[in-house]
Amino acid sequence: MGIGFLVISIVKIAAIIAWIYGLLWVMGRPKWWMKVLGAAAAFGIVQLALTKIGNFQILNTFDSGLLFQAASMTMVALGLNLIYGFNGQFSLGQWGFYGIGAYCAADITYRWTMGDARGLLVVGFGTIIGAALMYAINRFVVGRLHGVPVLSAFTLYLIGAVAAGGLAVLIGNAINPMLAPALGTISAPGPLNSGASLQVVFFLAVIFAGIFAAEVSFLFGLPVLSLGSDYFGIATLGFTIVINTLMVNSDTILPFPEMKGGRGMIGIPKLTNWFWAFLFMLLVIMIMRNVIRSSTGRAIMSVREDETAAVAMGIDVAGTKLLAFMVGSFFAGLGGAVYAHYIGFLSPGTFTFLVGFNPLIIVVFGGLGSMTGTIAASFGWTFFLEGLLRVLLGYLGTEAPTWRFVLYPIALLLLMLLRPQGLLGTVEWGFLKQKFFRPPPAAGENQPGQTAVAD
Amino acid sequence: MQKTLQPQAPAEAVYKPRAPLAWIGKAFLTLLSIAIIYVLGKNLIDDPRLFLDFVLGGLQLGFVYAMIALGYTMVYGIVKLINFAHGDVFMVGAFVSYFAVTDFNLHMWPAAVFPGIPSWISVVLGSITVILLSMIICVLLAITIERVAYKPLRDAPRIAALITAIGVSFFLEYFGALQFVFSPRFIPYERPFEVVTWYIKDGIHVLESGTPAPAGSITISNIFLIIVAASILMQLLLQYLVRRTKIGVAMRATSFDKPASRLMGIQVDSVISFTFAVGAAFAGLGGVLYAIAYPMIHSQLGILPGLKAFVAAVLGGIGSIPGALVGALIMGQAEAMTMAYVSTPMRDAVAFTILIIVLLVKPTGIFGEPEKEKA
Repeated sequence: MGIGFLVISIVKIAAIIAWIYGLLWVMGRPKWWMKVLGAAAAFGIVQLALTKIGNFQILNTFDSGLLFQAASMTMVALGLNLIYGFNGQFSLGQWGFYGIGAYCAADITYRWTMGDARGLLVVGFGTIIGAALMYAINRFVVGRLHGVPVLSAFTLYLIGAVAAGGLAVLIGNAINPMLAPALGTISAPGPLNSGASLQVVFFLAVIFAGIFAAEVSFLFGLPVLSLGSDYFGIATLGFTIVINTLMVNSDTILPFPEMKGGRGMIGIPKLTNWFWAFLFMLLVIMIMRNVIRSSTGRAIMSVREDETAAVAMGIDVAGTKLLAFMVGSFFAGLGGAVYAHYIGFLSPGTFTFLVGFNPLIIVVFGGLGSMTGTIAASFGWTFFLEGLLRVLLGYLGTEAPTWRFVLYPIALLLLMLLRPQGLLGTVEWGFLKQKFFRPPPAAGENQPGQTAVAD
Repeated sequence: MQKTLQPQAPAEAVYKPRAPLAWIGKAFLTLLSIAIIYVLGKNLIDDPRLFLDFVLGGLQLGFVYAMIALGYTMVYGIVKLINFAHGDVFMVGAFVSYFAVTDFNLHMWPAAVFPGIPSWISVVLGSITVILLSMIICVLLAITIERVAYKPLRDAPRIAALITAIGVSFFLEYFGALQFVFSPRFIPYERPFEVVTWYIKDGIHVLESGTPAPAGSITISNIFLIIVAASILMQLLLQYLVRRTKIGVAMRATSFDKPASRLMGIQVDSVISFTFAVGAAFAGLGGVLYAIAYPMIHSQLGILPGLKAFVAAVLGGIGSIPGALVGALIMGQAEAMTMAYVSTPMRDAVAFTILIIVLLVKPTGIFGEPEKEKA
């Protein structure tokens, strides 16, 4: 049993890494129809492996759980890699945004299935109005006056956010009675509460959760990103702790009795399937790649290399940092939302800051500034450490699985001491590869396999 | 040529560009302060004795934070590293004293060796032995950590060292949480000496344990007095160490300019190890006193006090020893007031809010010197 399980698990991990390579390769093909067909095929292969044919299933329930976990972890870790790996801002707050996304999306769909549309309405209108108001403040007040102190700008945006929130609550309370009959109750679901419409609500919930996390990150990042890198790390760690405290007290301090505080939120509809997980993961990978391989991405990376030089080149350093932070938090929010609807149960214990170091470990393992490394490390980490090692150590005794928490930091220490650039360094696969301007080969030098090395 | 001959404009008349809308941020902070002062003042007038009780509780917390903050501020002052593992060294200090007391009865040795001595001498000697043992173990642990984990990364980017520090911290927490080490449970701490609580109401009376203090009285315990005395003593000792001794001069020189002090013949590595050792000794002392004051220990005990002590060090001005004390006292008060008048769970939130506000308004802290230009 032990040896067989070990072999099968290693084969599965290898297959998943090969699958990632194939996906990235096929996404890097020049024609758009190749990309679409390739992505569909990559989706189909895993979907087939998940399907139970007769009595045979390649990826069982345990594996599929790991798969969804890995997909959401990929989103979170890619976001952190954008913030820390590419922009150089050492953030420990990613897990807080993950939690915000998870709770926000879970609240929307939970309320919806309970016949209450206010979750979707308030968050939806709140994020849209908030984005509009903040854009207006930025465009017409802060952007026009140069040298507004950070604290003043923050106060203005805070007023905008509070106004947007209040307005959204008013709108939600006004529209909710009209929608309520169509929703029905949990025992007698209405027409808007089943099948395709629930899927649409889930999609909206995930997107709004991501946007909400991004807006929170904007408000939080505005004052905090001007700090030095290690102070920023501590402040974001504090953010994660505060968010976790709020989760524990969500039914006493915050007005959300359905979140049930420290007891954990139950009854979230399990709407995540492989289609959604794959779609959102692909979306995140594509956004990430297109951001990084654009002039914005080069600005983001230049801030990491040297802020003074970046300023000298005319780059808006503060704005770039804020952008990277927001996009990274958006990814974290998406990941959290997907995770919440896979697991169906949210407990504040999942979002403590100790667990929050996991994305950091993944990013460091995969290589700072390597998207491929992050994706591979997310899958490898989830399957190897959460799946394989947990089960293997489980054979040694009931206490042994806790040993993996001792092994992580040792591995992290060894990695920092021996290979600080991460396992994969800055290697990228297929789709994510930099399309470099390659100088024409000099006479006598004709090596077809030669590729330019990033950085 | 003509211009240089003209008299210079007086300094006051020089045009200073004013930041637009700066008043909004100031108004926001002012409103916030007014609200805080209003709430505190109202509660002070409503029930001054209760308020004083909370102030004393905050002082006790603050002096414990001061002992931890010293380690942070000294290490950060010298190697510019946020030593995440410092809070866990604090935790180890608490656990060492727990094992010394519970498993080895170390606090009873004077009574066992010299059967006839008065009991109070026995208790004092025994407690001091337990505390010294904790401090020594913490010092050894800190020096090991420094040698194994931080020294190879001395010239690496600061963030690499920070991640290593986080790794060390994790290792201590989760290794401590294993069943055969400290176990993952919350453990009731057995004190080396009894905590005596007095209440002040028409004179000083001893409060029977298990009974609530009578209404309108102020309670003071001996552990409170010990924490305050130990913390102040350690401050003075450290001031003497840093200002008057040779190793103190070496520490200051190293924190000022590492390559130059190496050229001057200072053994920088030993000085850094010594700094870690002194910080760890204070953390060990703080750990024992914290465990005596709040007698419930577990393997993740050190994380939050450690982080709050770091915030206190930043608030006081990182690198400054009196700053650590002042910042820690403010932190203790802020936390006690939040627990008393806002809500207990938000005690962690207030620390990080203070950090953000301090870094925005005065990044160098209260006693901090402005950042010197680095080449």
